[in-house]
Amino acid sequence: MSAALIVTRRMIDHPADSHRIDVYEDTGGYVQARRAVGMTRDELVDTVKASGLLGRGGAAFSAGLKWSFLAPARPAYLVINADESEPGTFKDRQLLERDPHQMVEGIIITAIANEVHHAFIYIRGEYPKSARRVQAAVDEAYACGYLGSGIFGSDHDLEVTIHLGGGAYICGEETALINSLEGKRGEPRLKPPYFPAAKGLYMLPTIVNNVETVSNLPHILDMGAEEYGKVAHETDTGTFLFSVSGHVNGPGNYELAHGITWRELIYEVAGGIRDDRKLKAWIPGGASAPWFVPAQHLDLEITKEATEGAGSMLGSGAVIVMDETTCTVRAAERLVRFFAHESCGQCTPCREGTTWMEMILRRIEEGQGREVDLDLLLDVSDGISIGLAWPPKMTTICPLGPSAVSPVIALRDYFRDEVMEHVRLGRCPLGTAARGASNSETDIDRPEVLAVETRRERGSGGRPPGEGSPA
Amino acid sequence: MTESVRMTIDGQEHDVPAGELIIQAAQDKGTYIPRFCWHERMNPVGMCRMCLVEVESPRGPMLVTACTDTVADGMSVDTKGPTVKKAQEAILEFLLANHPLDCPVCDKGGECPLQDQAMSHGPGDSRFVEIKRNYEKPIPISDLVLLDRERCILCARCTRFSDEISGDPLIEFQERGNVTEINTFPDLPFSSYFSGNTVQICPVGALTAKPYRFRARPWDLSRVESSGMFDTSHPRISIHSSQNQILRIVGVDNDATNHGWLSDKDRFGFEYLGSEDRLTTPLVKRGGELVAVGWAEALDIVANRIDLIWEEDGGSAFGVIGGARGTNEDAYALSKFARVTLGTNNVDCRMDDALSSHFLAGSVDRALISDLDTADTILIWAADLKEEHPNLYLRARRAAQELGVKLIIVHPRATGLDDRATHKLHYRPGGGFALLDEIAEGVHPEIASALAAQKVVVIVGQTSFADDPKLAESVAALVRSKAGTVRIMPLARRANTFGALDMGLGPDLLPGRVSVGAIGCASLAESWGEFPTSPGKDTRSILEGLDDGEIRCLLLVGADPVNDLPIGAIARDALEAAEYVVSIDLFLNDSNADADVILPALGFAEKEGLVTNVEGRVQKVNAISPGPGQARADWSILADIADRVGRPLGLALAETIAKEIAEVAPAYEGVTWDLLEWDERDGVVVPIQGSQQINHIPVSLAGPRAPRAGLTLHVARTLYDDGVLMRHSPSLHRLAPGPLVHLNPEDARRLGAQGGRPMRVVTKHGEGDFAAVIDEDTPEGVVFVPFNQPGGVSLGTDPVVRVTAVSG
Repeated sequence: MSAALIVTRRMIDHPADSHRIDVYEDTGGYVQARRAVGMTRDELVDTVKASGLLGRGGAAFSAGLKWSFLAPARPAYLVINADESEPGTFKDRQLLERDPHQMVEGIIITAIANEVHHAFIYIRGEYPKSARRVQAAVDEAYACGYLGSGIFGSDHDLEVTIHLGGGAYICGEETALINSLEGKRGEPRLKPPYFPAAKGLYMLPTIVNNVETVSNLPHILDMGAEEYGKVAHETDTGTFLFSVSGHVNGPGNYELAHGITWRELIYEVAGGIRDDRKLKAWIPGGASAPWFVPAQHLDLEITKEATEGAGSMLGSGAVIVMDETTCTVRAAERLVRFFAHESCGQCTPCREGTTWMEMILRRIEEGQGREVDLDLLLDVSDGISIGLAWPPKMTTICPLGPSAVSPVIALRDYFRDEVMEHVRLGRCPLGTAARGASNSETDIDRPEVLAVETRRERGSGGRPPGEGSPA
Repeated sequence: MTESVRMTIDGQEHDVPAGELIIQAAQDKGTYIPRFCWHERMNPVGMCRMCLVEVESPRGPMLVTACTDTVADGMSVDTKGPTVKKAQEAILEFLLANHPLDCPVCDKGGECPLQDQAMSHGPGDSRFVEIKRNYEKPIPISDLVLLDRERCILCARCTRFSDEISGDPLIEFQERGNVTEINTFPDLPFSSYFSGNTVQICPVGALTAKPYRFRARPWDLSRVESSGMFDTSHPRISIHSSQNQILRIVGVDNDATNHGWLSDKDRFGFEYLGSEDRLTTPLVKRGGELVAVGWAEALDIVANRIDLIWEEDGGSAFGVIGGARGTNEDAYALSKFARVTLGTNNVDCRMDDALSSHFLAGSVDRALISDLDTADTILIWAADLKEEHPNLYLRARRAAQELGVKLIIVHPRATGLDDRATHKLHYRPGGGFALLDEIAEGVHPEIASALAAQKVVVIVGQTSFADDPKLAESVAALVRSKAGTVRIMPLARRANTFGALDMGLGPDLLPGRVSVGAIGCASLAESWGEFPTSPGKDTRSILEGLDDGEIRCLLLVGADPVNDLPIGAIARDALEAAEYVVSIDLFLNDSNADADVILPALGFAEKEGLVTNVEGRVQKVNAISPGPGQARADWSILADIADRVGRPLGLALAETIAKEIAEVAPAYEGVTWDLLEWDERDGVVVPIQGSQQINHIPVSLAGPRAPRAGLTLHVARTLYDDGVLMRHSPSLHRLAPGPLVHLNPEDARRLGAQGGRPMRVVTKHGEGDFAAVIDEDTPEGVVFVPFNQPGGVSLGTDPVVRVTAVSG
């Protein structure tokens, strides 16, 4: 298991100016896009299929396969999902701000592979700096003739439009994103029939790819599918960005191959739990993912298969670590509140159910809980995600509602006593001091977490030299 | 024949049409799947999640919404198993969590899908102990509709209706999550001609209609099915009353006419029937005053005067105007009364604003409303359908928007359908023939190619008073020469115009689509006796005849020519000159206020009978209210007068009149009340077994060229106006736009017009002050004035107009 850096190599090597086109081109940039112009759709799709590249937006679906599903109707569109808003996730922001040309090159390759002539980059509205950097990169690429009509002197045209989101988490869901891009309310569409590959943007075939996914493409062409496939774990090829946050000594983004254990990730890569406290639980793949606890999961291998086998997911690579001072009721309430707040309001179970769940959790945390409340909470959750299984049997249109159920399942499976203690005492047993300490929101938003580190090259920590203050 | 697939519903095998939604297929096979957001006339959205069912899939049973998934061969659906039951109970508990449960004071209580499905599919109790959502109760979102957001379950039926069906998306979801609400946009009320439909399809009591709110409990209402009588499309309706008072009208879904939708005029325009101003006794003029008298006295007076004039001058001294608002039985009685009792063919139900009687009554290839769904191209060269034929507007919009039919609109200004038009042409009022020549000569190739389609429906009528009535025939003739199959829909105003013409209420028509002439008259004389065999005078000529004394006695039946005629002055002068005027009406109006005798008539929903719509579809209308005071049906008034005159009609019951019509009117052979009440509830298109003598084929006629004028006047009707029925329907009357003049911004700048400021408008026939509306929808050089507005004046038919700013 090597830990070669792929998508963060350039920003580590050129911390001050990795976003500039001259630096990009001096370090091998746009060579692969130029090559791709001369390749056929089949060659490109086959290469990406062979590389085993998995989508990095959360579902971890084969990128090459996704491309091959694109319906034959044209025009077709490419949409880059840069609406990174899963709580705990901040990896795409790094790629957008510090290596935007890498993504643009990935866009060009994707566009050529899929006969796309118009790509849209949907950037989270709260990422103004990302948007500025991407816009600058796109402008530079246009100026160089890498975008626009006849890119690289070929007969392939490619327009790129940047769009900023309006502050809705749900627009990270690809069909809600497409609605939002069309100027409509950001509400997920029904699948079926509105699979983007068949009926996406403006009801035309559309590929929606994550920032990190396309950022890998130049490297796949550079290394070759076989070589890329050799990086890291045998089934989960390539490297993955992990956003580790919470009660660890070294929060940050880490580019890692799959296959290490959670113990290694938390205690070695991320430097262990602060103040040598005990680990209580962690969320392995973003706020939507069911939780893991040390007694059962610490020595589990980090792979797609093993994580799903244990009833959770790697999702967007966000690892949120909670130590023993965390009140899990409060943590669950905070997460459920987020989902209730971000529910688009379109379908009944999510709109009504998540708010009801939030109300019950808040009552328990505030000492107004009843003996029946945990069971009620579970039954309300059951109405959103029938059977409370993973992956969920949803009564909803999209997975947002069932995502809110994940923390409740954790309460049921691992922290039932803690919940009942709240009810018995009529207050939070961990006390107010612990409450303050357990608030993980501030950690996620701290600028320090933007440091890019890797397992091998840890120690350079903190903000890279020459970087201005983040927006 | 649609293909069918074999599927299993709850263990039972069924053959169902391929491509159908699960919810529909199950319903057709007797399995009701609960639902809130799904409505069979709108696109499914799968939002409320109430219709979740389990479908077997290779990955095990999957929950899907039955309103969005279509059936497939071999599909197995479970609508009642434990998972589905869990889901259904959960959804209902969620919906009720924040529902105020103010059912005792909710209009919807008793006919509420939320109540009903909570009972049939809900868990039976609520475990929600938190504080419910709170909103101000209720807020008006339009002049007719109130919104109670607490009751709303956010099913998007109303928003989809206004977007998909009526084309005025003025209500929308706002906010998100648990505080999502339906509302209007800031400073933009939900002012739609179709807003009442949202009340009808709301599955809870969130949207309520102002005129009905708190008026009744649904289980107390008497109900009867009928047809809307505000335009010639005759949408199917159900009339609900309590204690003999009509309280509301709801649409009845049928494929033939209206898909269950109604304009607000059809829905709320019943208030006039309960008006305090209804005539309740016969009135006779004595010493310049109208005095109430008994029926016997009034009828004697009328009969004596008829006798006298007939003795002196014969039938040519009589004229009859009106009859387009009643039933076919009324119209038939009037037609027979004119010929047999008065001895004249001077009879006309049109008001000098209509196409030729033979074109209207006897067009070959008459279009059905449903032909709009299957056409390749629809050409509309007629009134703005949204204003004058709202029900046809909805159907044409659906054709263009949902069914991909090409829509060509030719009109002097933008119409309500322009946003869905494939091609549109605007022309100066009066310039229709010149434009038609251009199209014929190929100046507009895109129009010519759209018309050269396999199936074309052409909707023709007068776009405004400036259009020559012959223009519509020329348009129809041109399209007939180009397209494969052509269906023609000639439009007319006044709800039962087609029925009235079919009953012979035209100077050149006899009952059953027969011309006045030797053959037709001879055949009818066998049952009617002798009457004149040459065509009589139309409305315009009758009025001129009154003016010059040739006609001495005028019978007005549900007609107000002073307000309704394009040039009201002609009617006013004629009525002043008339020797004797008898009016049968519901109200005093500007035309009969000075009549010699006024006889109170029953109105809509107060009498039974048949009516005929724009397609030639005959439907039955029914009575639910006895009517005010001593008011009587037109036919029985006429029969009594005829008896007294000594030339009786032999008409004793409405139903036997219908039988007589079926015997003597060739096109109506076989049309009986029985047929329409039992076997053919959606009506029948005549002729069903008889024949039609008139087969009018439109021919291209030359017409007048547009006058050279800087500004040309476009006078056209709006849905709400100062017509006599609207005047007594306060909820709608106050929505009439009033005396306005619409000017293009460029013309407004040149004339020094400012929005809302008065402008003086002068034509050959009239002049008055109108408030300016600066309007992009009105092309440069065109001046649009809505007709017959409260406080407005009649400007006549001549398109030459002068507009000046009123100083000070």
